[in-house]
Amino acid sequence: MDTTVQTQTVYIRPSSLNDTPTHYCPGCTHGIAHRLVAEVLDEMGIREQTIGVAPVGCAVFAYNYFNFDFVEAAHGRAPAMATGIKRLLPNRFVFTYQGDGDLASIGMAEIMHAAGRGENISVVFLNNAIYGMTGGQMAPTSLPGQKTTSSPNGRDVEQHGFPLHMSEVLAKMEGSSYIVRRSLHDPKNIRQAKKAIRTAFEAQVRGLGFSMVELLSTCPTNWGVTPVEALHWLEEHMIPVYPLEDFKVSPELAGLKF
Amino acid sequence: MSRELLEGNFAMAEAAVRAGVEAYFGYPITPQTEVLEWMSHRMPELGRAFLQAESEVAAVNMVYGAACTGARVMSSSSSPGVSLMMEGLSYIAGTEVPCVLIDVVRGGPGLGNIAPSQGDYNQIVHGGGHGDYHPIVLAPASVQEAIDLTVLSFDLAEKYRAITILLADGSIGQMMEPAELPEMRPLRTSRPDWAVTGAEGRDPRFLSSIYLIPEQEEAANMRLVERQYQIARNEIRFKEYFLEDAEIVIVGFGTAGRVSLSAVRTARAEGIRVGLLRPISLNPFPSPQLTELSRQTQSMLVVEMNTGQMLDDVRLAVENHVPVEFYGRPGGMVPYPDEILNEIRRMAHQSIPLGGDPRLRWLQRLNLVKN
Repeated sequence: MDTTVQTQTVYIRPSSLNDTPTHYCPGCTHGIAHRLVAEVLDEMGIREQTIGVAPVGCAVFAYNYFNFDFVEAAHGRAPAMATGIKRLLPNRFVFTYQGDGDLASIGMAEIMHAAGRGENISVVFLNNAIYGMTGGQMAPTSLPGQKTTSSPNGRDVEQHGFPLHMSEVLAKMEGSSYIVRRSLHDPKNIRQAKKAIRTAFEAQVRGLGFSMVELLSTCPTNWGVTPVEALHWLEEHMIPVYPLEDFKVSPELAGLKF
Repeated sequence: MSRELLEGNFAMAEAAVRAGVEAYFGYPITPQTEVLEWMSHRMPELGRAFLQAESEVAAVNMVYGAACTGARVMSSSSSPGVSLMMEGLSYIAGTEVPCVLIDVVRGGPGLGNIAPSQGDYNQIVHGGGHGDYHPIVLAPASVQEAIDLTVLSFDLAEKYRAITILLADGSIGQMMEPAELPEMRPLRTSRPDWAVTGAEGRDPRFLSSIYLIPEQEEAANMRLVERQYQIARNEIRFKEYFLEDAEIVIVGFGTAGRVSLSAVRTARAEGIRVGLLRPISLNPFPSPQLTELSRQTQSMLVVEMNTGQMLDDVRLAVENHVPVEFYGRPGGMVPYPDEILNEIRRMAHQSIPLGGDPRLRWLQRLNLVKN
């Protein structure tokens, strides 16, 4: 009887990812998002052509995890910095990785105009409805009633207004080619998120203009819940406010299969 | 090349083009908008990058990104716009990537006006953005000098991995005079070994102003201050006029220096031994030259289009060896030569006290502050 064992690699660290111990909190979904980006770049074979732009926020250290060229932007300015890079190196793949405080608050002008120009860059946007790095303050994406260290009695919409729906807004821009929202709370949604990241990146490679994937993410530390509770909280409270939809898909991307 | 009648803003823009600038990012603001307008057609026609940004905040961050690719990049603006750029300039300084900025200074603070001023001296020369850094600062006094210094700005920025700022007051930007543009230089094809270009066949590179470990930030700060002294050793630039036997020395930069020269010539015709030192590099500041002069002359007069900003740097340099007086026109006013001539005559016939506050004495002469 033949006893040869056939081995097949089913799981390996993407070459776009460094072997770096995580600084992210237990249960945080940044690590998942990092891995998805790295897997997609590997699959597209563009690691050596890629330049990443890190934000200010928890992902300020994103460059520690990725194995390709990176720059670190000022708070909110990643789309402007990416624009400067892309205009000089139009054949390189340029993406920003931004959180909700960075993108939807202080960087509102830069993201809107990058999309308006149809800047041929891609944006990975992590929305966890809170400021993580500074210790859990209210974000422009915090939910009505959500308790944070700067809205201790819950976000009062009369005082602080309503959550901003960035994907819905950016999809209205003529310059955007692909704008979708996904979630990282379970394996099925993670697989769909990866597919969306691939499609967004393909949009840039095809020269279709601005693309963005919004990823609903957890922040158990600052939400004050366990990692598992955080996944449930995201599903129960965030998705009703931030529906997982394709807000804009350029016709050139509609038929792509991965 | 031949001399042509050229406007300052246009001349600086075309000089940058001929010096091989590969990308321009800017935002309209008077009195520098002609730079942006010229670049808007000139850069695309040469296949180079031009973008009108949504704000000066975005423009300077586009410059930041473009500079990280190792390309020759620039922006231009005027005082309120430059204030908005201070965040990005601090990051660029902290990342040690080269870039060039033209500040065509207007009257301020706040919205101020659009007339020529030198009110940005302290903001530009002594940093402006947060943290410990010093840009190289050059101040032209004519359209020709604006052209020559624009070209030099790129070379200095790249040599020292620093920001070079051309501090041109509104009159330099707006006036027309005969000047000669340089030959078109070929674009640089090589990229420095720190540039972020995609890690093709090499290890990844990372450019940032972040040094989370204080010891490392301290080392970065020390590297910058060390470079500042290296720049001071090599790059001090100034012009001297009639200094050989001068008993009174005027110190003025840019347009204030140019107007002072007219006053000096008239005073010389009257037999007054007066000369002019016009700093061209405001950072590095010609302090050693002023220190030396202070041992040879009897008094000094600082003339500025502000309420006395470079004055402090002059006073530091002369170390109280000679009396220093001040005359200024702030808020968008340009002094007439006669105003400076009157100061020269007064100083020639009056003994000036050593020490004290030259700015206060100036205000007292204007009867704005009582004794």
